[in-house]
Amino acid sequence: MKFRSVFDIIGPVMIGPSSSHTAGAARIGRAARHLFGREPKYATIHLYGSFKDTYKGHGTDVAIIGGLLDYDTDDTRISAALDTAREKGMKVQFIEEEEQMDHPNTARIKIGDEQDEIELVGISIGGGKAEITELNGFELRLSGSHPAILLIHNDRYGAIASATTILASHEINIGRMEVSRKGEGEQALMVIEVDQNIDVSILSELERADHITQVAKISD
Amino acid sequence: MFKNVAELIQIAESKGEKISEVMIQQEMEVKQVSREEIFSQMERNLAVMEEAVEDGLKGVESHSGLTGGDAVLVQNYMRDHEPLSGNLLMDAVSKAVATNEVNAAMGTICATPTAGSAGCVPGTLFAVKNKLNPTREQMVRFLFTSGAFGFVVANNASISGAAGGCQAEVGSAAGMASAAIVEMAGGTPAQSAEAMAITLKNMLGLICDPVAGLVEVPCVKRNAMGATNAIVSADMALAGVTSRIPCDEVIDAMHKVGQRMPTAFRETAQGGLAATPTGKQLEAKVYGIPLEKE
Repeated sequence: MKFRSVFDIIGPVMIGPSSSHTAGAARIGRAARHLFGREPKYATIHLYGSFKDTYKGHGTDVAIIGGLLDYDTDDTRISAALDTAREKGMKVQFIEEEEQMDHPNTARIKIGDEQDEIELVGISIGGGKAEITELNGFELRLSGSHPAILLIHNDRYGAIASATTILASHEINIGRMEVSRKGEGEQALMVIEVDQNIDVSILSELERADHITQVAKISD
Repeated sequence: MFKNVAELIQIAESKGEKISEVMIQQEMEVKQVSREEIFSQMERNLAVMEEAVEDGLKGVESHSGLTGGDAVLVQNYMRDHEPLSGNLLMDAVSKAVATNEVNAAMGTICATPTAGSAGCVPGTLFAVKNKLNPTREQMVRFLFTSGAFGFVVANNASISGAAGGCQAEVGSAAGMASAAIVEMAGGTPAQSAEAMAITLKNMLGLICDPVAGLVEVPCVKRNAMGATNAIVSADMALAGVTSRIPCDEVIDAMHKVGQRMPTAFRETAQGGLAATPTGKQLEAKVYGIPLEKE
């Protein structure tokens, strides 16, 4: 079941006008921001399907940038996000794509700075709920029915154990897990689906763990 | 977890509880948090809805200028005349419109289940409130009951206009509202399901065709009609009228209609009212130039 909470239905509290094209888009942007770990210097955003056709009217562009600035869905600063990003020197580009994707509300976001760059694909599935389906070329196969977190880590022994130990200490059960890497000893990532909701304090604990560089909630 | 309306009703009836109570208990289990925490979170959402209606009734206007001010017109009309369709119905209309006008003006709202359909649930709640004089707790419960039915639709069909058309948004919202009205008015869980089914049946096939891609025309007025549909269906269910097609099958039919709906009618601003001569003129005016269309 994709929707697990009554607050997915009655909520979120948000700035209008569209839950999928504004709030969901902001959440995709914010997930990207959290995976990158800091404010990016540039952002290239490819929009597909209904996102491409209606983003100007729905403020999808403004919302994604708001998310990249770490604004939540109800942050009133969202409406001025494009201007704020420009003032901060963030280079922003939107590209309208004709390709048909699996989901009508799809965005591909490439963000980075002098040191690093990440690229991800997010979909907005309705009522403000969003999912990340691809990161740095890794396809994230989420069941969508459980809360999921994504961890970027170094491909070293003990990285997986340090993450699972923390989850175990909070009595969080892992239902499904996937580990992949670019190459031996390089960047790797874990996608972990759990049975319980994970709160922010556990996320920051995971972020401080050995060999783990970045943590983000990708489905809740 | 209840997977469909039949299971939801069965749980409520076997325990002798309200639907709102079944939803609260499921939420406590899923989130592993206390009743108080869940209740106060929903109370905050209720407060956001109240403020949005208040703002809308003072009069707002969207950036595009396409919507705003209709909630005030309806309230003024109610003050000076006795509406043909009755005060309660027009009150719901004005409050649903108020919410969506605030949404279109990029104000703060609570999505129920989406932003484009955010007017139906609060519009009916605050109108029915004047008649039934509910406690604050009953008003919060109204939102849990709405949420329970929306939960089923979201998991078995869709609540996204881009995926399922307006029937999935305003249709779902109106159905959720009608089920909650029944509970607040003292109806049974089964009657809530009948109201949901009757409402949704009358919203089947509704396309999502926003002019210029904005959540304004026809979204604001569709919320007004969603709210009235919800109240009338609730009255019918309370009278004992039942739907020949069970609620879960209506939801499934809505899902299948949505899947077969052409892309032009699913939030792409390419069909329906968006593609009318006036729709295109408005679009050109809003953006300065007409957007490219097939």
